[in-house]
Amino acid sequence: MSHLLSLVIFLPLLGGGIILGLRGEAEAVARNAKWAGLWTSLIVFGLSLLLWTGFDTHAPGFQFVEQAEWVPVYHIGYHLGIDGISLFFILLATLLTPLCIIICWDQVKVRVREYMFALMVLETMMVGSFAALDFVLFYFFFEGVLLPTFALIGIWGGPRRINAAFKFFLYSLIGSLLMLLAILALAYHLGTTDITVAMTSTLSPEWQYWLWLAFFVSFAIKIPMWPVHTWLLDATVEAPTAATVLISSVLHKMGAYGLLRFLIPVFPEATAHFIPLVFALSVTAVIYTSLVAMAQEDMKRLIAYSSVAHMGFVTIGVFTLSQQGVQGAILQMLSHGIVVGALFLCAGVLIDRTNTREIGRYGGLAYVMPGFALVFMVFTLASMGLPGTSGFVGEFLVVLGAFEVNTWVASLSAVSVVLVVCYMLVFYRRVVFGTLVATDLRGLLDLSWREKLVFAPLLVLVFWMGIYPASFLDPMRPAVTALISRGIGGVAHSETASADVRLAAISAKVTP
Amino acid sequence: MSLPVAIVFLPLIAAAMTGLFGRSLGDKLSQLITCLALLAAAALSLFVFQDAVLAHHTQSIVLLRWIDTGPMSVSWGIRVDSLSAVMMLVVTVVSAMVHVYSVGYMAHDKSIPRFMSYLSLFTFAMLMLVTADNFVQLFFGWEGVGLASYLLIGFWFDRPSANAAAIKAFVVNRVGDLGFMLGIFAIFVLFGTFDFTPVFAAAPQMVGKTMAFLSWHPDALTVTGILLLIGAMGKSAQLGLHTWLPDAMEGPTPVSALIHAATMVTAGVFMLCRLSPLLEYAPVVLNTVVVVGATTAIFAATIGLAQTDIKRVIAYSTCSQLGYMFFAAGVSAYPAAMFHLTTHAFFKALLFLAAGSVIHALGGEQDMRKMGGLWKLIPITYALMWIGNLALAGIYPFAGFYSKDIIVDAAYAAGSSFGYYAFILGVAAAFLTSFYSWRLLFMTFHGKARMDAHRLSHVHEAPPVMLVPLFVLALGAIFAGYLGYESFVGAGQAAFWGPSILILPIHQALANAEHLSWMVTHVTLIVGVLGIALAWVFYVVAPGLPGQVAGTFALLYRLFLNKWYVDELYHAVLTRPVGILARWLWKGGDQLVIDGLTTDIPVAATRALSIQFSRLETGYIFHYAYAMLFGVVGLVSWYLVVRP
Repeated sequence: MSHLLSLVIFLPLLGGGIILGLRGEAEAVARNAKWAGLWTSLIVFGLSLLLWTGFDTHAPGFQFVEQAEWVPVYHIGYHLGIDGISLFFILLATLLTPLCIIICWDQVKVRVREYMFALMVLETMMVGSFAALDFVLFYFFFEGVLLPTFALIGIWGGPRRINAAFKFFLYSLIGSLLMLLAILALAYHLGTTDITVAMTSTLSPEWQYWLWLAFFVSFAIKIPMWPVHTWLLDATVEAPTAATVLISSVLHKMGAYGLLRFLIPVFPEATAHFIPLVFALSVTAVIYTSLVAMAQEDMKRLIAYSSVAHMGFVTIGVFTLSQQGVQGAILQMLSHGIVVGALFLCAGVLIDRTNTREIGRYGGLAYVMPGFALVFMVFTLASMGLPGTSGFVGEFLVVLGAFEVNTWVASLSAVSVVLVVCYMLVFYRRVVFGTLVATDLRGLLDLSWREKLVFAPLLVLVFWMGIYPASFLDPMRPAVTALISRGIGGVAHSETASADVRLAAISAKVTP
Repeated sequence: MSLPVAIVFLPLIAAAMTGLFGRSLGDKLSQLITCLALLAAAALSLFVFQDAVLAHHTQSIVLLRWIDTGPMSVSWGIRVDSLSAVMMLVVTVVSAMVHVYSVGYMAHDKSIPRFMSYLSLFTFAMLMLVTADNFVQLFFGWEGVGLASYLLIGFWFDRPSANAAAIKAFVVNRVGDLGFMLGIFAIFVLFGTFDFTPVFAAAPQMVGKTMAFLSWHPDALTVTGILLLIGAMGKSAQLGLHTWLPDAMEGPTPVSALIHAATMVTAGVFMLCRLSPLLEYAPVVLNTVVVVGATTAIFAATIGLAQTDIKRVIAYSTCSQLGYMFFAAGVSAYPAAMFHLTTHAFFKALLFLAAGSVIHALGGEQDMRKMGGLWKLIPITYALMWIGNLALAGIYPFAGFYSKDIIVDAAYAAGSSFGYYAFILGVAAAFLTSFYSWRLLFMTFHGKARMDAHRLSHVHEAPPVMLVPLFVLALGAIFAGYLGYESFVGAGQAAFWGPSILILPIHQALANAEHLSWMVTHVTLIVGVLGIALAWVFYVVAPGLPGQVAGTFALLYRLFLNKWYVDELYHAVLTRPVGILARWLWKGGDQLVIDGLTTDIPVAATRALSIQFSRLETGYIFHYAYAMLFGVVGLVSWYLVVRP
């Protein structure tokens, strides 16, 4: 199975091609398209699990590597591989795609074939971005995400979908253009576009600064960081549930993954130089968007703002360049992918039934939808970072890592543990608790078996990552250790080195 | 599977069963499962107590690796030593009694399985808290009990006031937890581990070291201790972070007894005792604890004087008693703090459940102004209330006499100005305590019946399922002090606590408390009796007197009645401004400035520019011809004139 990775990446595209070729009665085509999409994504998920089981937890380098010439003149190669950092993002993408197909089973009524095709293309592009080890290849996948997402928002979205789709597209495009320029410059300097080569190269500081900024803007828009986050609100609010979930769960992670994969190893000196900038932006994001979330009346908007706030922790963690901080950031990304995705699914469950996103229209749902109330409560608590859920471990490690390098950053970002309660619990109360006043809510049905099927794996993951996160932390440890020693400019790649660095940091802090 | 593990996880299993399958199990079976699980846990706790405390067998059981990044590693574990064994016993016994009591109290409720499940879930979290072997698991239990408390305060979720109180409790506790979390991080930076044993072992080496915190370089142990103290203050409702506790009375009364009197709110006190090997080296923190505790004791007592809701009076008395435990810990009399914690758990749970019995008898009425004259109708509850009150007021030979007395004595014996401060406020608060306790008793049970005839006709004594737990707790309220004195704080204390509590030889408050003058050791008893006498004069002999006094000291009365306006202050300084800021950031920051700069202005500019450019395209041939002509002329002349 030396081409397992390629298979995982391109199988969805193949499925998409088959779906697009479906002909016949409209109803039959729609049904077949859905089944084809579901089976393809399930097989892809199964194959991606083989990546996990076959992954060597103790090796720091890339695994499942595939390398072939592509455009030899410019030294552009078809180079794929995963390490402990990218492994789980691929799993996240392959898990959420079938879940999204299941949840939108009856929602999408027009152009079902095209919808499934878009989802399949999107899956290929998402997985590809996490596995690409060549800048050009990465750029292809990274940009490839734009088109299906643009279509999903613009065709199957809400009333203001055109506006939202264009805002999303333009924002992403500006970032992409900067990244394209940076990639060209990098290729010119290094003579190759291979990422593994770039990761061990030494560029002059001036070039590092400019290229770092170009990449950073592109990734910051994807994450999204404050103040380039407003595209997300329109996009997630207008997009259909499946696209909302994939944007918030996977697409944001591509930006943060970019920080880990490119910014730190390729531009270590520039990274060190810009740490204060990133901290300032992230802390602002955490507090500012938490506050704004408190003022929201639209449930999707509220979740979107909370999502930005939680991603703020990710960027803080990444730039602590400490074992705790970076592993915490990655775990926080995975948890965010599960929890925010699930919260959007919860919102989707309600919007499906009542067709309104306005929080004030709800209340007293605990009477008619007790099962939903329980599920929604678990994800609300996970979003608040309650210990025992996935949200806690990531946030805890990130703030711990931040505390080791900068107590201001840690203390300010930790204020959000209070703010998150203010908006999430109030949100939950307004929707689920209280008396059932609105007459149209009386007849609401509790979760269907299909919805339960979607929530079940997410619930398991929330507790799994909260109670025994070692399954996720162990495989990523060697890769993170290597990344940090590169980021700090250290030479040793062993685990003891990072422990030494931490102890050195501590002894610098604690003075007799 | 070992005994402590079974004790901790029995409640969890019961909670999961009734919580997930409550509807199919039904009310009776849910009650049976949870009550049996808790009774079993309580019985097993006796064995663990015997094993750990009396046979000095401490153990540390590792269950599962939890968070592990390599340099940092922490596991799920259960630590059994004297401190946790005492807490396990108190928690499981009181919890089991409350479970049984709830069968009767909640008999007419619609969601019995959900209630029982929450109670058991709380017990699990509390047990995880007290048996934690490291700071992170302590935090897990800490947040877990907070969650259970939130769920139970808001149990009647159709009441807006209950929902508001539940969220308030969670938010205020999270403020404390913020400090707690930062304190935990400071521990890791200092010690490189979260486990109690190595941290406590290395604590002496950290004396005098500084660490970077925000923009300062304060003393390392001091800043760590203060941060952790903020967490303890939130959970134990100490001054400043106390506002959630009275509101928490919105929950069903068994909840108030279990969580907001006997167990969860004492978690802060437990933490201070657990951290004694650390705090002993941080004198500034200890002094802060004394000031916070003593001030809370008197502050909450003054508010208790003026409240008319029967549960709120007891809630403020809880707040005040927690203040006693705090300053006891602050003068290094940790055993005394734990002793009062234990006796308080019994008599305060008794008081709450007895109050619940009154409320139950009156069909939900909580306002004491609408009670009165009940003693003949519900004599057993009346007698139990007397026992609880006598214990709370510290009257010989009830439990509170022993535990409160030793705390006040230890404060005096500490010999420091902080100690005297706590002593004076503690004595004053003791007087107020017994006054408002008998004010409650007289207003509720004596005088004329002030409720309507319909309510009066339905007054009935509680069923046996509610009374039996009350008897058990009453036994504790009577005998716990006498029985526990020798081992908890007396001659046997060193053997009893073993290495679980550390008191440095320079901190001899508790030891010196044995050798005080007669006046000092009996002052709490004297003021207690005086308080009862005064309440008798005010509410039985001359019932018009309270109104007159309130009129004379109108300002003070209003201050007490309105809880020193702390809630109003927070609303004006925090809640409202934050709400306004949130809207302002959204409408002004996001929609106006950011969207304006990144989207609206560029869009408008592009549109304006494209309109200007499109004007060039007029469609007239001669315009284009002229433009070409000028262009050609211009280029040719440039080549001819400028180039050479």
